[in-house]
Amino acid sequence: MKEGKVFKLFLTLALSLSLFAGKVIAKEPYKIGAIFSVTGAASFLGEPEKNTAIMLMDQINKAGGINGHPLEIIIEDSKSQESDAVLAAKKLLEKDNVLAIVGPSTTGESMALVPIMNSAKTTLVSCAAGYGITNPVEERYWIFKTPQYDLSAVQAIYNHMKKKGIKKVGIITISTGFGDAGRKALLDEAPKFGITIVADERYGPKDSDMTTQLTKIKATGAEAVINWSVGPGQVVVTKNWHDLKLGIPLYQSHGWGSKKNIELAGKAAEGVIAPLGRLVVWDKLPDNHPQKALLKKYETDYKERFKSEPGTFGGHAYDAVMMVVEALKKVGPDKAKIRDYIENNIKNWPGTGGIFNMSPKDHCGLDMTAFEMVVVKNGDWEILK
Amino acid sequence: MLTVLLQFLLSGITVGSIYALVGLGFNIIYNATSIINLAQGEFVVMGGLIMWFFSQSMQIPFFLSIVLTILVVGLIGLIMERLTINPLKNSDLLLMIMITVAVSIVFRGLLMYKFGKDPYNYPPFSEGEPFIIFGAVIQQQVLWVLFIALSCIGLIFFFFNRTMIGKAMSACAVNPTAAKLVGINVSRMIMLSFFLSAILGAIGGIAITPISLMEYDKGPALAVKGFCAAIMGGLGNGMGAVLGGFIIGVLETLTAGYIHSGFKDAVALVILLTILFFKPAGLFGNKSTLTVRKF
Amino acid sequence: MVKKHLLAYIVFILIIIFFPFFVKSSYTLSIAIFAGINALIAMGLSLLMGYAGQVSLGQAGFYGIGAYVSAILSLKFGIPPVLSALIAALVASVAAIILAIPALKLKGHYLAVATLGFGEIIYVILNELGPGGPSGFGDIPHISLLGYKFISATDHFYLIWIIVFLLIIFSFNIIDSRIGRAMRAIHDSETGSSSMGVDVPLLKTKVFVLSAVYASIAGSFYAHYVTFISPSTFSLFHSVLILTMVVIGGASSLWGAVVGAIIITALPEALRKFEELDVLIYGLILTLSLLFLRKGIVPTFIDKIKGKR
Repeated sequence: MKEGKVFKLFLTLALSLSLFAGKVIAKEPYKIGAIFSVTGAASFLGEPEKNTAIMLMDQINKAGGINGHPLEIIIEDSKSQESDAVLAAKKLLEKDNVLAIVGPSTTGESMALVPIMNSAKTTLVSCAAGYGITNPVEERYWIFKTPQYDLSAVQAIYNHMKKKGIKKVGIITISTGFGDAGRKALLDEAPKFGITIVADERYGPKDSDMTTQLTKIKATGAEAVINWSVGPGQVVVTKNWHDLKLGIPLYQSHGWGSKKNIELAGKAAEGVIAPLGRLVVWDKLPDNHPQKALLKKYETDYKERFKSEPGTFGGHAYDAVMMVVEALKKVGPDKAKIRDYIENNIKNWPGTGGIFNMSPKDHCGLDMTAFEMVVVKNGDWEILK
Repeated sequence: MLTVLLQFLLSGITVGSIYALVGLGFNIIYNATSIINLAQGEFVVMGGLIMWFFSQSMQIPFFLSIVLTILVVGLIGLIMERLTINPLKNSDLLLMIMITVAVSIVFRGLLMYKFGKDPYNYPPFSEGEPFIIFGAVIQQQVLWVLFIALSCIGLIFFFFNRTMIGKAMSACAVNPTAAKLVGINVSRMIMLSFFLSAILGAIGGIAITPISLMEYDKGPALAVKGFCAAIMGGLGNGMGAVLGGFIIGVLETLTAGYIHSGFKDAVALVILLTILFFKPAGLFGNKSTLTVRKF
Repeated sequence: MVKKHLLAYIVFILIIIFFPFFVKSSYTLSIAIFAGINALIAMGLSLLMGYAGQVSLGQAGFYGIGAYVSAILSLKFGIPPVLSALIAALVASVAAIILAIPALKLKGHYLAVATLGFGEIIYVILNELGPGGPSGFGDIPHISLLGYKFISATDHFYLIWIIVFLLIIFSFNIIDSRIGRAMRAIHDSETGSSSMGVDVPLLKTKVFVLSAVYASIAGSFYAHYVTFISPSTFSLFHSVLILTMVVIGGASSLWGAVVGAIIITALPEALRKFEELDVLIYGLILTLSLLFLRKGIVPTFIDKIKGKR
């Protein structure tokens, strides 16, 4: 009888041990918050970002968490509205006591959170591109961001144009925060590259036809068109550009980086040039490129799980989450130390968006070199030399 | 210079044809009930997305896909009427309009759940290069949309003026009590109007998707433009809605072409307001539409 | 006249005073603040619809004017927020008068489109000409009153709900006055009331201006509370949302507007956990409540109580 009892005890012990092996649950979870525009006007950003965060959380926890602590990412939908982003941030900070927040997806929402994060003394790693999010850097002590500056994408385009001898450019932008930020950067940078903007056209996010704007641009004698938008608008512009046979090259923003756009635009997409992060062209990178392995793993994992492409935007969330995770791994659950770590120790750090070099002077850590100039050829991307 | 103007006009017609088709859908329900169905835009979206589902995802032949899409969306319109409009029969007009807003949110929720947030596209009805008229370009699909819009007006006109059932339907809007007294089944007429209007929306969606692409949340934007078109032409007047659509479309592209593209929506609306100031019932509207029923 | 509402007033002010004592989280307080902002706009629309029988789909336009004018004046010209909010309200009234002259001639659906058009025009103007364009702008100063700076959520909670409270008293005074009776007469029959000697167009314009002022105050408060504004907040979507609040709460009751605003503001927060399905569930709840609470929540509730007696 006695023997039986001991055996039983042993059995339960062994059983529970084997159950717990592989995933250590004993330690308290590390909570980080995430605010993405899962619905609303910017849902094209929020959707892949949310998926990425979920995927990373599962992968990290499966691999044993962060130093044995499971990672918990609490995701909130900001509905692409500043007021909702404010509510979401307050909920995460006060109800969930998160250690840091990643997101939001758009510049406006990120800007609305700046005062909240500064007063809560908690790090925000934004997934939006606007220059003002991390500048002036003294007033953005707790704020970082992972997407490349719009400015860098513009510089990459202008650089390419300069090489091609293009001097007169017509721009067409969507009348949302994304298009507006691009428009401002396009106008500001042009003189530095000896480029004149001869037309400055706009369209709404749900517009069906941009032939008028393109015709007008052509009539000004522009030597190239730059479209700055995301969503269906960039496909419609591409189709109109193709139908009109404008005879001048069409450049798109870094928002063009999804195979879906080529599918939707069909043969009209041939010849479209855009500055893209390396995520969409990882298979065309040389094997020794520091980003290649990571990009490959991220894209294949994502595709397998969500049956779609993560696109550039999902990558922003990847970088943001991984930065916070790395900081947590090194310094533990200390809000101030997390911030200091990201500011000072993210150096030569390969992410999906580029190779990051954060510093007290630069809370983005990327420049023009984060982009490759890519052209659509035979329904696929091709890196331009 | 003339080529440029012509191109602006042709683009105006392209955009206008979309507004016209959407505007047309408002009129059928309006003619039977005086309700403005603010879920009309969602019928259009469903048309495009369900057409994509049948023709691209299920690989069902083109014509069969169209028929199936129209039937499915028509059925959805019918169900909507039975579940939400019919129970409210004798209530405030405003309440009925608000419920169409609520239903449109339900539709968007369902569409997002089924189709996600990406835009969808399928090939135009006829393959081939766009037509070139004096150097200006017009997509073949636009001609299809025009053809479809005009055929729809013809059919609707015939239906409301030449068939018993159509005449009975318009009688319901003018005076439901009198219609009931002469033995018209008002409830059935209203159901039919939702069925027809959903079909019209679906046809619009099927036709415009190859031009503008379609995504789950395009409905409100389409509805607003279509509503403005219907109002400009005069509510209840099918031809008016189509002309209203073209006028708004051309106004937008001319503003974009000669003033500034950022202000195109605003200028079109200012002109709409000005027209309403002088003609409170729209360009071709009947004064009687002003006094039908009040909120 | 105050007597009639005295009990409701007392209950309401007690709730306002004690709410922050029980609710410590500034997240919940923020929801309550946004509910207060929406309640203000909804009250204006309720006066216009429930009491004067006019519909408007352009309230977000006035809301935007209030936010932008007040934010620009205080940020760029250093005018104290309270004063800039008053100037904004003045600008909104002027806009309302300009719109009212042509629009209030219109009826039913045509009026709805005219106001909708107005809202869209304001939206385009903010998008094209507002500082920061579609991206909006930030660093808007907080409200300060008599040297006291409103910063915390509790501060803002008290401020907005006291504004709501005062304007409710003000609104009920109007409703119960001679003007109010004339307003309801318009609602019931326009021709009838004008033959009785009511200056219908003037009265309608007055109520319209009042609703614009309410929306403008709400907008100014929003700007100084969030300290960042962009045009997307003031789109047609918000006008429709406000209309929904009024109808759900009960278009014939001012209290209904307040209750509707609270419910419609809090509901999406409560639905957060449904993630992908939240839009669908939100739509279903709206549909069902319109179907089963046809008069709106507050009037249905009042009928129930009276029925029991």
